[in-house]
Amino acid sequence: MTYEPSALAVGVFLAFVLFTVGLSFYLGRKTRTAAGYYTAGGGVPWFVNGVAFAGDYLSAASFLGICGMIAVFGYDGFLYSIGYLAGWVVALFVIAEPLKRLGKYTFADALDKKFGSRGIKLAAAISTLVVSVFYLIPQMVGAGVLVKPLLGFPHWAGVCIVGAVVTIIVATAGMASTTWVQFLKGGLLVLFTAGLTVMILQRGLTVNPDPAANAPQVVSPEQNTVRPSGHVTKLPGGKTETGPLGPIEFLSTVRESEIVLWTRKVEGDTTTYTAKSTSGADILRPGNSPTFRGLKDDSVAAKLNFLSLMLALFCGTASLPHILIRYYTVKDAAAARKSTVVGITTIGIFYVLTLYLGLGAMTGGNLDVTDSNMAAPLLAKTFGVLPFALISAVAFTTVLGTVSGLIVAASGAVVHDVLTGYLKMELNDSAKVRLGKFAAICVGAVAVVLGILFEKMNVNFLVGWAFSVAASANLPALVMLLFWKRTTKQGIIASVVVGMVSSLAWILLSGDTYRDLYGLPATDALTPFSQPGIVTIPLSFAVLVAVSLVTKRGPEPVE
Amino acid sequence: MHGPNTAETRDPVTERYNARLGLVLFAVYLVAYVAFMLVNAFAPAWMDAAVGGLNVAVVSGLGLIGGAVLLAVIYAFACRVPNGGGRS
Repeated sequence: MTYEPSALAVGVFLAFVLFTVGLSFYLGRKTRTAAGYYTAGGGVPWFVNGVAFAGDYLSAASFLGICGMIAVFGYDGFLYSIGYLAGWVVALFVIAEPLKRLGKYTFADALDKKFGSRGIKLAAAISTLVVSVFYLIPQMVGAGVLVKPLLGFPHWAGVCIVGAVVTIIVATAGMASTTWVQFLKGGLLVLFTAGLTVMILQRGLTVNPDPAANAPQVVSPEQNTVRPSGHVTKLPGGKTETGPLGPIEFLSTVRESEIVLWTRKVEGDTTTYTAKSTSGADILRPGNSPTFRGLKDDSVAAKLNFLSLMLALFCGTASLPHILIRYYTVKDAAAARKSTVVGITTIGIFYVLTLYLGLGAMTGGNLDVTDSNMAAPLLAKTFGVLPFALISAVAFTTVLGTVSGLIVAASGAVVHDVLTGYLKMELNDSAKVRLGKFAAICVGAVAVVLGILFEKMNVNFLVGWAFSVAASANLPALVMLLFWKRTTKQGIIASVVVGMVSSLAWILLSGDTYRDLYGLPATDALTPFSQPGIVTIPLSFAVLVAVSLVTKRGPEPVE
Repeated sequence: MHGPNTAETRDPVTERYNARLGLVLFAVYLVAYVAFMLVNAFAPAWMDAAVGGLNVAVVSGLGLIGGAVLLAVIYAFACRVPNGGGRS
């Protein structure tokens, strides 16, 4: 598809982004100390922090990736929504309060509080860096996705713009400004998504009778005949349009309709997309995407792959360093709890809405079959230029916010854990902040390069990987430290290292990576299925227990 | 430098009560989530069964999201704050 930028869209978009950056400059003026830079001085109100949780968490992947997956495959994308929210249950009920009592600035602080071990600091810092970079890749890809239809820029330009803007935000302000940016963007994202859902329901569903809409679409070096797609072929009762629908009625009507899904076939450098009229009942059940296709037959590997992903999503949220550090930005455990409840509610509402957005994009006639990530902004465009500009702008600030949160977490890991914790460098507050900003710029540059390399992958899929690594490397150490008194520092180090290395290795040797990244046949892969969690999370727990039992703890009292 | 953490009043009884409450609610959710995962993996046809115009897949998915929010709200109201056993 070709994209024509519109002056109104560009204007609204730029105004929104400038406002956000301006706000961070304003708030950043007040940041003078290391505590202010990394945790906003612990003084963020719980409600603001709660919505900011949503802002941190509802990343480009949630917004662009899930909507895109639902638009292309139906229910399979919604499985991610369910898993992402389930992760918050672990965070709230198991991790939040004890963690709040343990830590100072970073995840490594929390792990290390009882032991004072340099090894733990180093292992936790490396795992924070790895997870943050993995999580940064899809955000950067998402940035490229947004500017393409909006400004008509190529993918790499979008990635570079985000890299530059975020580095300015982080380097000027740190956690105080990122929190306010996250609050604004988290709130606006949910409000705009709700508005879009109302418009989808008002529009209802309409049959597209034109047979040409079902013609195959071919992409090759010589031709690119991709056209706006996605339509209903049959409505219940032979109707041609439904008129406005209620939220439940919308889903039940989809279930009784027939809708076109596009199957993709690659031959050499030619990709053909073929229309397949699919019953709504089939669309609203799992098993249409390549990731979950095996659920419909009796493939054991596919079932394990599915369970593995759902486990990683469940365990991953509570292990994401940039979510964990948000617990240090409020004043006490009660505030941490209340802000998590606000966060869960905001995020839960959003995830319910993703189902409507995805199905709206699937039937809205403006889907780009070559890029599922663009489904949500293109859907907004069917309602006019203004909704499109607003949704794109809020999605872009979503990327900005999440990326800045991640970069603060990563720079905290480098300066606080590695330089002062592991290398024992004597740094005063201003040196810490200065080095943190320098680290932020380096991490940002790495993320830009990776964001350009991973252009073609569904951003949601990439986030699944970040969750797998986080859940394998961080969660076992965190949970056992909180609930098993015989945990030793050697056990924690071994668990973090083994969890991180094994999950990374599994991903790099998996069929999905072979196919999408190396361009090799997926059948050549060395792992039996692609998602590592079901193997590497228990492995990391087992290593922790085994090493802790071997290396008994010294006589210091357990808290 | 990290005043907020040390300024907080510690109360082991309250902390233990809140922790136990959290784990109970966690267990409730865990059972539902595991059931959802296992049905999807080993009896996917059940997901297709009709429930009031929708199917089990959609209803259980929305239920898991709504359920998490509901449990979170219950937790927020039932947790005690340090010193006095009141509500937060």
